[in-house]
Amino acid sequence: MNKPLSRVDRPNSYIGKSLPRPNAKRLLAGRGRFVDDIQLPRMLHAAFARSPYAHARIVSIDVSAARAAPGVRRVVVGSDIAKLCMPWTGTLRHFKDMKSPPQSPLAIDTVVWAGQPVVAVLADSRAQAEDAVELIAINYEERDVVVGIDAALAPGATLVHDALGDNLAFQTTIENGAVATAFNDAAAVVEVDLRFGRHTPVTLEPRTLIADFEPGERALTVHHSTQTPYQFQDIYARHFGLDESRVRVIAPDIGGSFGMKLHVYPEDMAVVALSIIAERPVKYVADRGESFLNDIHLRDHRVRAKLALTQDGRFAGMRVQDDTAIGAFSAYPRTSAVEGNQVVRLMGAPYQLTNYRADLRVIFQNLPQTSQYRGVGHPIACAATERLVDLAAKKLGLDPFEIRRRNYVTDEMYPHTTATGYRFERLSLDQCLSKLHALMDYPALRAEQAQLREQGIHRGIGIATYVEITNPSPAFYGVGGAHISAQDGCVLKVTPSGDVQCAISVTEQGQGTETIIGQIVADQLGVDRERVRVLTGDTETTPHGGATWACRGAGIGGETALQATRKLRSNILEIAGAILQSRPDTLELADGKLIERETGTVRMNLGELAALVYFRSDTLPPDLKADLTVAQHFAPKGFPFAFTNGIHGSLVEVDVETGFIKLLKHWVVEDCGRIINPMLVDEQIRGGVVQGLGAALFEECLYNDAGQLMNGSMADYLVPMAGEIPDIVIAHVETPTLDTELGAKGCGEAGTSAASGAVLNAVNDALGPLQVQISQIPMTPQRILRALGTVQ
Amino acid sequence: MKAGDVAYFRAQSVSDAVAAFRSCEGDARYLAGGQSLLAAMNLRLLTPDLLIDIAHIDALRGIERRGGEIRIGALTRHAEILSSPIIASHVPLLAAAAPWVAHPAIRNKGTIGGSIAFADPASEFPAVALALNARIELDNGDSVRFVEAQDFFLDLYETAAEPGEILSAVWFPVATPDQRCTFDELARRRGDYAIVGVAIVADFSGEIVDRIRIVFFSVGSTPVRALRAEAALTGTALVDTDIELAQQALAGDLSPSDDVQVSAATRMHLASVLLRRQLGKLPVPTPKAVRA
Repeated sequence: MNKPLSRVDRPNSYIGKSLPRPNAKRLLAGRGRFVDDIQLPRMLHAAFARSPYAHARIVSIDVSAARAAPGVRRVVVGSDIAKLCMPWTGTLRHFKDMKSPPQSPLAIDTVVWAGQPVVAVLADSRAQAEDAVELIAINYEERDVVVGIDAALAPGATLVHDALGDNLAFQTTIENGAVATAFNDAAAVVEVDLRFGRHTPVTLEPRTLIADFEPGERALTVHHSTQTPYQFQDIYARHFGLDESRVRVIAPDIGGSFGMKLHVYPEDMAVVALSIIAERPVKYVADRGESFLNDIHLRDHRVRAKLALTQDGRFAGMRVQDDTAIGAFSAYPRTSAVEGNQVVRLMGAPYQLTNYRADLRVIFQNLPQTSQYRGVGHPIACAATERLVDLAAKKLGLDPFEIRRRNYVTDEMYPHTTATGYRFERLSLDQCLSKLHALMDYPALRAEQAQLREQGIHRGIGIATYVEITNPSPAFYGVGGAHISAQDGCVLKVTPSGDVQCAISVTEQGQGTETIIGQIVADQLGVDRERVRVLTGDTETTPHGGATWACRGAGIGGETALQATRKLRSNILEIAGAILQSRPDTLELADGKLIERETGTVRMNLGELAALVYFRSDTLPPDLKADLTVAQHFAPKGFPFAFTNGIHGSLVEVDVETGFIKLLKHWVVEDCGRIINPMLVDEQIRGGVVQGLGAALFEECLYNDAGQLMNGSMADYLVPMAGEIPDIVIAHVETPTLDTELGAKGCGEAGTSAASGAVLNAVNDALGPLQVQISQIPMTPQRILRALGTVQ
Repeated sequence: MKAGDVAYFRAQSVSDAVAAFRSCEGDARYLAGGQSLLAAMNLRLLTPDLLIDIAHIDALRGIERRGGEIRIGALTRHAEILSSPIIASHVPLLAAAAPWVAHPAIRNKGTIGGSIAFADPASEFPAVALALNARIELDNGDSVRFVEAQDFFLDLYETAAEPGEILSAVWFPVATPDQRCTFDELARRRGDYAIVGVAIVADFSGEIVDRIRIVFFSVGSTPVRALRAEAALTGTALVDTDIELAQQALAGDLSPSDDVQVSAATRMHLASVLLRRQLGKLPVPTPKAVRA
C-alpha cells in the first residue's frame, strides 16, 4: 500500500509533508481556550487545605472560622465526600499480587504525603477560598516518615500503610536462558549502580477542571485538562454512580500533558463531588506550588545491572535489579508499576541477548505518587543498558559504535523476540547507527576531542540506542482489567458544501494530532486540507477511543482516520457513479472534485454531489445508499506493540574545575515508520530531547528525610531553558509497520527515551581520562565535583 | 496561589508616598518594579496591608553625572542600565553585571532601587554597590541622607534604611583610568540566581595593585567582601603565586552554608576557582603601556 501514499505529486498528497498546524496561529495569538478560560454561570472555586506532614494522624479538624469567611459557600471534609465517591485502587490484574490501598478524594484519618488534600473550600472566588483555607485548624499527630528506598525495604521499616504489612507494592522477576552459566563463563563482566532523580512533568498549563453537575438529569459535564476524556467519562460514571450517557468530558485546548494528565488525582474527584454537593459548577486550577506537590512525579529508580561479555565482545548475559519508589499510592487507573515493568523488559532490548534475569521492586514511601510520564521506563532502561555497553566497550578496547554493531539484533533476525518476550516486527538498528556515525562526523569529533584534551579541555562523546514501545494493543491495560481502550473511532461527515468534518477519539495537547489526522483525511479523500475540520476531545461528539498516550495517536488514530476516509471515499464514488451514470471505478476524487480517472476531466464538485444528496434526494436512484457520514473503528491486531528504534549522540564539555557541563550538540536518528508530517516529528523529537536533557542535568524533586519538598518552585526546580539547549540535529530512517495500511508508528517518546543516556555516556567519556565516573542523574556540578574527588 | 487582599495607593511624590506609609496602621510596602515583592505576595510569603506604588514618581528616574559620581535614580530599570552609555563608560562594573541579572522580561520591569533595597544576598547589584562602595540615597519625604554601601547591607534582606525611608537613588563613583574591573558568576542556568558570583574592582599603579575590592555574592546573608584576599593581593602584580595566596586567604573571608542544592564545601571551592579565573581575566595594564 505504500506506493499510492507516496505519489507526492498529485494534488492533496499531504502524507509525508511538513505542513503547519492549523491551530498554531490561534494559539499564538492568545486565542486558545483552555479550561481556565471557561467561565460558567454560578461557578464556584475550590481550594484545598493540605497536609503539611508527610505522615500523620488527623486528630481534629475545625472549619468553623472558614465556614464564616466572606464568600465561602461550602467547607467539606473527607467523610462528607467519601459518601459520594467510590474509592479507587491503583492495581491491575496482570500485575500479579500487586497491592495499593483504596484512595479517597480527601484524607480521612491519616495523611501519607505532604500536600495531600484534607479539606476543600468552595467560595465565590479562588482568592476567597484560599483566604478561608488559612482559617482551617487541623490538629495532626505526626508519625514516622519513610522516604528512602533502603529505609522503605529495611526489616521493621516504618510502614506507609499499616494494613499492607510492608512497603512493597509489587515485585516481579523475569528470567530467560542460562544466566548463571553466562556469568560463570564470562570473559569479563561490567556493572553499574545508577541513581535516577525523581522529577515531575511541569506542564505549561497546570491540571485544571470544571465539574458541572446538573441534578435534574443527574448529568455531569467536566471540562478537563486531560489527554484521555473517555477514560475519565468511565471513571466519573462508575465512581459517582452516574449513567455513562449522562457524563460528558470535554478536553478543550490543552497546554501540555506528557502523560501527567491521564492519572486520577484526588482533587479531580473532590471537585466532581463538590459540584454534586453544591449543585453548581466548580472550578479548580492547580497553582504551580500545588503542581509540584501533587502532579505525578516520576523516575525515582536505582538500577543495579551487570553485563557478561565474551572474549570477542559479545553480550553473553545480563542481570538487572530495579528498585523504584512510587510514593504513597499506586496511581489510578494505570498503576505505578508500568514504569518499572517496562524498565526490566526494555533493558538490553536492542541487543542479541538470551540469558537475562531481572528483579523489580516497586516501593511505597511517604511522598507523592509517581507514574507514567513521556517515555515510561524507557530512559531508565536506555541509560542503564547503554552505560553498561559503553563500559563493556572500554573494558574490551572497542569503539562504542563497534560494540553496538557487533551486538545489535540483525536484519535477518526479524521478527525477533527478546529475552523478556517483546516481539519486534522490524527495527533498523544498524542503519540508524551508520547514519548517526556520518551525521556526527564521528571520526572528526574524536580527533577534535583528542586535540582539545591536550589543551586541558575535556570533551565527551556519548551515544545511546533506544527501542520504543508504540501503538499499544489491549495487552497494555485492557488485559489487566482497566477500562482503557486500545482502539480508536472516527466519524467522517461531508457537509452540504463539500467540506469534511472528522470527529476522532485521539486528542490534541499541542503536539499536532489534529494536524496529522487532517492531513491523512484530506490525502486519502482527495480534498484540500483547508476543507477538513478535525474535532477532538469531547466524549459527547466524538467516538469512544483510547485517545492520546503511549505513542498511539499517529499509528492507531491515523490508521482509524485512513480507514474511515477510504470508506467515505468509496461511498462518494458510488454515489457519483449513480449521479454521473459512470462506473464508480472509472471515477476519482481529487482536489474536492470528481474526475474521470483516465482523463482527469472534471465531472462535478464534491459540494454539488453533497447538495444533491442532502437537498435533492428525489433525483437519486431509490436504491442508492447515499451515506455521506461514515464511522470506523480500528484496533491494533498484529504485533502487540509496534516497536520503533533510533539512536542519540551527545557532545559535551565538562569544566573539571567547576563541575559544570556544557551541552554542545545533540543528534538523533530515529525510525518511527511512515512519517506523516516531518516537521511535527522533528518537533516531537526536539521537545522530547529537551525533557531528557532536563533529566540529565537539571530536574530533580529534592525531598528531605521528613518528606518535605525542598525545591518546589520554578526558581529552585530547574527545567532546561533555551539558553542551555544545544542544536539538535535530526535524521530519519523509515521502516513502516506492515500491520497497518498507514505504516506509522509513534515518535512522541523517542526524544526523551535516549537523551539522558547519551549525555550520561558523553559526560563519562569526558571524565574517562581522569579515571572517574558518574552514576547519577541529574549530573549537577556538585555531583561531578564529588565524582572527581574535588569536594566531599 | 493568589495574593491576599491588599490596599493599593499610587503615590505622585516621595513625600506623598512616605505620608501614606506613616499613616498606614498595618504593614505597608513600597512597590517599584514588583519583581521580587509581587512573587513573594503571590506565594503569600508576604502579606502587606498596603502597597504604595512609587513607580510613577518622576523624581526617582534618570541617570546623570554629578561631579565624580553617577547618580542612578531608584526607578532605573535593569534594561536601562544595560543600555546606558554613561554607565558603560563610567561604571563599567555595573555594566558588566547587568547582563547577568535574570532574564529580559525581568530586566524590563525590575529596578536598581528595588534590587538594592530588597538586598537579596544572591543578587548582582548589591554586590556591585558594595564593591564600588556606592552611596545609597535615602529619602524620608523631608530630607535625604546617604549611607555607604559597606554600612547598608546589614543582614538577610535587612538594610540600614529606616521604616518609611525610600531608597531614592544610588551614587556610584566614576571609574578612574587606572581602574580595572571584572564580574562573573556560576549559575546552573543562565539568568538564575548564582551558586556563587564575584565582582572585583582594582586600582593599579603600573602593574601593581594599589587597592582592590573583591565582593562575593550568594555566599552568605549579605554580599561579602573578601578582605583577607584583598590584603593578599594589594601591592602585588597578580602573578600566580599571589593569586594562590588570595585563594588560601578566602577560607577566612567566606563562610557559606549548605543549602538544598549545594554544600558549603562546594560553594567554597567554586568561589576559589572563580576568584582565580577572574583575577586572571582582570585586564591588568600591560607593562608596555605603563612604560610608555
